[in-house]
Amino acid sequence: MNLHIDDHKNGDSSILKLSGEIDAYTAPRLKEHLLNLIEENKEVQVDMQQVNYMDSTGLGVFISALKTSKEVDKTFKLINLQDNVYRLFNITGLNEVIDIENTVRGGM
Amino acid sequence: MEQTKKVVSVYRELLQEYLRSKDEKVLYQAEQFSRQSIQDGVKPEEIIDAHYQTMSEIIPDMDPRLKDSFKFLIETMIYYGVAYGMFNDIKEQQYSLRNEIDVAAKMQNTLLKTEVPNSEVLDIGAISLPARQMSGDYYHFVEDTENNIGVAVADVSGKGIPAAFVMSMIKYAMESYPDNRTYPEIILELLNRVVERNVEPGMFVSMFYGLYDVNQHKFYYATAGHEPGFIYRHRTKTFEEIRGKGLLLGVKSDSKYEQFELDVEPNDIIFLLTDGVTECKAAGRFIEQDEVLDVLHNYIQEPSNELVENAYKHFERLQDFQLRDDFTLVAIRRKGEK
Repeated sequence: MNLHIDDHKNGDSSILKLSGEIDAYTAPRLKEHLLNLIEENKEVQVDMQQVNYMDSTGLGVFISALKTSKEVDKTFKLINLQDNVYRLFNITGLNEVIDIENTVRGGM
Repeated sequence: MEQTKKVVSVYRELLQEYLRSKDEKVLYQAEQFSRQSIQDGVKPEEIIDAHYQTMSEIIPDMDPRLKDSFKFLIETMIYYGVAYGMFNDIKEQQYSLRNEIDVAAKMQNTLLKTEVPNSEVLDIGAISLPARQMSGDYYHFVEDTENNIGVAVADVSGKGIPAAFVMSMIKYAMESYPDNRTYPEIILELLNRVVERNVEPGMFVSMFYGLYDVNQHKFYYATAGHEPGFIYRHRTKTFEEIRGKGLLLGVKSDSKYEQFELDVEPNDIIFLLTDGVTECKAAGRFIEQDEVLDVLHNYIQEPSNELVENAYKHFERLQDFQLRDDFTLVAIRRKGEK
């Protein structure tokens, strides 16, 4: 159970590359990192291609990120979600309020 | 100081008495002395110091190495006493915390109590078990003035005490709504406002709300980001997914919820659940939806309360009796025509 977090700048926007699993153990670190990036950058893209598992704590992180991005008027989007992770966003209706680009086949 | 003097003199007498008589009675008195010393807060090094002083008087020309060894032992016991005291404090704190959690869990049970309705036309079974002491899952029934049955199944993000607080808030909000027919789309819209205003960002609730019209045998429902339920069709012996779409409670202040409806035939069964059921893990992998339905199908002939109980036991066995997540399953069967 581990999550690797890596971010790099691309002009005005910042890309956060995640790989591993987002769960109760890894979520707090991700939340802190992501919320800071949103405060500091105009746009943040979270690349989820290497995330093969996420539970509801992960949803909590992205809900916080959505609320923060609205408060500080910044853009935040998720890219390259695996099918099984996207399923969670779909069931919960979050795909209608969070900007999600591209889904990729994969998962368990 | 006074106390230390007293300790030294009592200990000295006991020790001298023992050296003289080797009497077991003195050992018993030493035991009493130890107990009393703990009650009086005497530190372990103080007793060793008393021993050292007494022995120095008895053997004035004690080997200096023996003297030093006593000093060394006294120093060691000072640290030991400090660490031991801290350990006891932590134990005590842990004990009182555990008590508090017990009280909170009992309160949750009382506050969130809901009766499974006894309906003329419906046979209802429900089970909800926490993975740990406090649950983030919840089901609730209401019966309106026309005997229609409202049912809510919800899952609060996170677990433990915060989740239990949010649940109580939701229950009381629901109970404040009027007794006449209130439709799911309205209930969810109202609840969303309550949740959105009162929980911290990042916390959310998924909820399925249904209203069973006992005259028309229509099931009206709306979902706030909740796991889809299933309806078992008696006529075809197959399951259909109860599809819906709607945002979690607590994310957006002005969420609206779309309402759907199903026609229910005799002996059809509506199943509502939480992701503790569908995210059940067996031998390190998540079980597939088909497997969940197979399990439900195995017990489909049973009365609803036994059906949910047996399904629960089955999933519990699959996970080696270790629930990973709170588990909630509700079954509502339209009784057959007589």
